[in-house]
Amino acid sequence: MSVYFLCLVLFCVGLYCVLRKRNLIKIIIGIAIIEYAVNLFFVLVGYRMNGRAPIDSPGQSIVNMVDPLPQALVLTAIVIGLAVTALIASIAMRVYEKYGTFDITKIRKLKG
Amino acid sequence: MLHNILPLFIVIPLASAFLNSLLGKRIRGFSDILSGVATFLLAGFSIWAAFLFRESGVVVYKVGGWIPPIGISMVMDGLTVFMLVTVNVIAFLISIYSIDYMERYTDKWNFYCLFLLMVSGLNGVIISGDIFNLYVFLEIAAISSYALVAFGVEDEGLEASFKYAVMGTVASSFILLGIVFLYSLTSTLNMADMSRELIGKGHPHIVLLVSALFIMGFGLKAALVPFHAWLPDAHPSAPAPISAMLSGVLIKTLGIYAMVRIFFSVLGVTPQILNVLMVLGALSMVVGVCLALGQWDMKRLLAYHSISQIGYVVLGIGLATPLGIIGGLFHLLNHSVFKSLLFLNSGAVEYATGTRDLEKMGGLRERMPVTANTSLVASMSISGVPPFNGFWSKLIIIAACIQAQHFVYAFWAVLASILTLSSFMKVQRYGFFGELKERLNQVKEVPFFMKFSMITLAVFCLVGGFLLTYVFYSDFLKVAKDVVMSGQDYASIVFGAIR
Repeated sequence: MSVYFLCLVLFCVGLYCVLRKRNLIKIIIGIAIIEYAVNLFFVLVGYRMNGRAPIDSPGQSIVNMVDPLPQALVLTAIVIGLAVTALIASIAMRVYEKYGTFDITKIRKLKG
Repeated sequence: MLHNILPLFIVIPLASAFLNSLLGKRIRGFSDILSGVATFLLAGFSIWAAFLFRESGVVVYKVGGWIPPIGISMVMDGLTVFMLVTVNVIAFLISIYSIDYMERYTDKWNFYCLFLLMVSGLNGVIISGDIFNLYVFLEIAAISSYALVAFGVEDEGLEASFKYAVMGTVASSFILLGIVFLYSLTSTLNMADMSRELIGKGHPHIVLLVSALFIMGFGLKAALVPFHAWLPDAHPSAPAPISAMLSGVLIKTLGIYAMVRIFFSVLGVTPQILNVLMVLGALSMVVGVCLALGQWDMKRLLAYHSISQIGYVVLGIGLATPLGIIGGLFHLLNHSVFKSLLFLNSGAVEYATGTRDLEKMGGLRERMPVTANTSLVASMSISGVPPFNGFWSKLIIIAACIQAQHFVYAFWAVLASILTLSSFMKVQRYGFFGELKERLNQVKEVPFFMKFSMITLAVFCLVGGFLLTYVFYSDFLKVAKDVVMSGQDYASIVFGAIR
């Protein structure tokens, strides 16, 4: 149970980081933390205590395996997260070239 | 036959995006022709699919031949057909428009590559029958739209794109979290199977948490009011064809369609969720239009109106009466037509005069008759002036509110419509009527392809009301409404269609 709770804490840390930090790079790190928290939670959903790897071989009964599907899905989610992080980081670099700062309170050409 | 067409909606744009990135730089004009042909094929196939659907009924395509609860499936039912036609026809016209408009930018082939990726993501969201696949396609469409907002690499675009990307990613994380909870509850990812499992379990309390996560996630993608902050920045900063695409179809597919599919077909709606949807819809409707009143930047004004019009759609669907759903879906279609047209008009004005500020325009009617007349048609459509399509859908939504005894919502809908009218009178008065300004004397009408798209969309605005006549209604709007109304029967319908 405490594992799930810690996972929630990690998610909230990421959310806090996105909402409260002023530095673009710190916001990107916050997004990465949120993604990790969700991915971790997804793997935990498929995990079972003292389970074994989900490999079926002759002579073994299918008991006490961890669920392999979330692991496969999390791989996809990690790749998506990588793409998003790379894109946002490159946008942040271009923002820095234009504005000369990473501080979001100073990047304010759009009104409202 | 429909079995074979179904995967093409993803394969065609994905393959042509790939070819574009490979050859677009080397061969001049290649990317224009390729994306024009690809989106034309998509539009043709979607209309053909709508005809085939009359005979075949619901079709399930099994990816790789695996039987659905185990394998991935693509499902085509009435709502899918409806959305596919909307998305692909608009995408074709916007692609045609971009041929001339995007000449102002370098690396046009990159634009087409991202544009086609976005189209494949949208089509994927629409035809996917698997909830994780829906998430993946949603991310494809969203990531390419983040990149497209920043395509001009100007200050505003980059800033808006960063804001949009951060908020969009957080929303996607909420959606993924909701999917995780649903998976742990039902041990399946197929939407039909999930719906069947949920019916078997009654209504567990965790579904409420999942609903809240999905409302946050999809609500942000659809720009409903408490989650709307990214839209007025992101839509005006993008190049005009992309603004049209984002406002016209992206927020509807990623937001409204996904929300309707998951809430109505998978989770099953409860009165609480419908109430939340109606309140969010009414709030977006009024707040959006009030914020739009004070804007002088033409595209920003249009972006605020997108929020307001999305409110109408959500309000109509949230009523969950047959009339309300027809009104909501019809307004979704109409809004994608006239809002794309308005954004293309603003792009044409910017192309010809170099400004989007209404105070610096004036009298463009003399110089740009096509743009001025099409924008007049679109303005009258969006404000609900009788012969045009916007009038019919708004009328149905307001009638549905009254029929369902929600008089307060009906009042707000009428009020928002009046405010919309006044706001668009401002656009017409300052933009196209009045004295021609001195410095606008040299302005010329835009090139052929841009005119072609705008005129076609204006014709759609004019004849859109005919979709309510019996012939079109029973094949197009009614089948979409039936899917939404049938709710969790989705499961048995889809499993019945697997052969």
